Amino acid sequence: MTDHPADAILVVLETTPNGELATSAAGLLGAASRIGTPVALAVVAPGQAPALAEQAAALGAATVLVVETTSTHAELTVPQVDALAAAAAVVAPHAVLISNSIDGRDVAGRFAARSGAAIAVDAIGVSRDDEGIVAHHSVYGGAYNVDSAATFGPLVVTVRQGAVDARAEARPVAIESLDVSPSGAASAAIESVEAVTETSSRPELRGATRVVAGGRGLGSTEKFALVEDLADALGAAIGASRAAVDAGYIPANHQVGQTGVSVSPQLYIALGISGAIQHRTGMQTAKNIVAVNKDPDAPIFEVADFGVVGDVFTVVPQLISALAERKR
Amino acid sequence: MKIVVIVKEVPDTYGERRLDLETGLADRAASEAVLDEIGERALEVALAYADSHDDAEIVVMSMAAESAAATIRKGLAMGAASAVHITDPGLAAADLGLTARTLAAAIRRTGFDLVIAGNLSTDGSGGVVPAMLAELLDVPNATALSSVEIAAGSVSGTRNIDGATVRVKAELPAVISITEALPDARLPNFKGIMAAKKKPFETLSAADLGIEPEDLSVAMSIMTAIAEKPPRAAGVKIIDAGDGGTRIAEFLIENRLA
Repeated sequence: MTDHPADAILVVLETTPNGELATSAAGLLGAASRIGTPVALAVVAPGQAPALAEQAAALGAATVLVVETTSTHAELTVPQVDALAAAAAVVAPHAVLISNSIDGRDVAGRFAARSGAAIAVDAIGVSRDDEGIVAHHSVYGGAYNVDSAATFGPLVVTVRQGAVDARAEARPVAIESLDVSPSGAASAAIESVEAVTETSSRPELRGATRVVAGGRGLGSTEKFALVEDLADALGAAIGASRAAVDAGYIPANHQVGQTGVSVSPQLYIALGISGAIQHRTGMQTAKNIVAVNKDPDAPIFEVADFGVVGDVFTVVPQLISALAERKR
Repeated sequence: MKIVVIVKEVPDTYGERRLDLETGLADRAASEAVLDEIGERALEVALAYADSHDDAEIVVMSMAAESAAATIRKGLAMGAASAVHITDPGLAAADLGLTARTLAAAIRRTGFDLVIAGNLSTDGSGGVVPAMLAELLDVPNATALSSVEIAAGSVSGTRNIDGATVRVKAELPAVISITEALPDARLPNFKGIMAAKKKPFETLSAADLGIEPEDLSVAMSIMTAIAEKPPRAAGVKIIDAGDGGTRIAEFLIENRLA
């Protein structure tokens, strides 16, 4: 058993349903590299470890602890928690960083409850001070910045996807296989997994660097295509307000806001979105916000870096052709 | 079938929500308190099951300030059989760990076949309490369900995670959490409101549950700093004079965003 660095930060890698490294890994390893030495944990199907470890090392993992098991296909949450408990026992990390995804939150919650560790959720960054690891949060829809820390022991942190820009330097691949003894904790059975095939080549909303979002102002499913056209011109992911989702213009997995996805892209373009607080909660940590709306009093303009009061159906086509012009 | 539904009183998101910069706690006077909508939907899942199953007994449970009793009573008016309100000044600043331990102790005391919670509250947006409860209660977790089927000995449902739709099934007892994809809750009617007055309403302190809020031997998450973010300065707002699209393109290019 190799010795692990005294300042180890354990990063739980997530995989996609078809076994690839999830996009959250780069930000998690980047964040970990700023506060210590990133040690990654990969719980994967047999045979997938080498490829995944190589990718994790390229993103800055000093060591990749590997658990090869098929139990994650049959049981929800518990196999990952058992692996994480084993990894934490070996590594004695100062912090455990986990993606703030649905599965990530479950693993973080169960692990913190089992180990009695303090937990900080939906962090937008982490740092280290004299006392240890500090998690940074943006709460109440971004109205307040709050820092949190553990009174003692490791801090378990779920990190908002796309919120950390830091990237770690690539390191040589170091794989270490980890023995896990199952806890026997009761778990839900996974009966089936159906991959959601996004037919387009557009980036996924979560973690996207650019997002173009449409609201009720688009008026119909047919006209919502304008949002897609601009997204494609910018290589952006597609978002929507709850109003647009409720009106059936676009499926619910595109909903940005309190009850949908929270995004922190470099660029967020809001088209025909009034900007109710529930929507702003999910997007106002974007670095740059552009809004187009007919209503000059729409609250979205309060957070927009650049706002145009006008008709999306004249402004956006002009924008698309101006962008196309520039590419030529 | 005993179903415990966890509900939460939250500041109404339609009003202004404030944090006290001295204590870091929610400023309850700043906004109207309401029953969190996702908790109402969780209750609706239980009530819909009870509509067709006479053996179902529904308990609404909340850990909240003393003033939240009226909000919790709404759960009784909607149709729950009894309520458990855990309130204690020592729990006012509870972190997620203490919250989960306290709720788990209360759930164990009440007894349960199924615990239903919302997936994310509108104030803390933590989303980890259901999984923590499952671990502490030593039962399966099935979180973020967008459909739920409750059977005699099991609960199953669908969860939409990144890139996949997953069908899961847990033997009871279990803890589940549900998403806003499930139906809106029913409104309490006059009969329900009157009946609620006679329903059992239990108020518990931390000590009643054997919980010591100031136990320093337990690791806690503490707030070390809080600051009100300067309101995001509104940038440039122009009225489209026929060149709105071009102006946006210029803005994007200038800021290296296109």
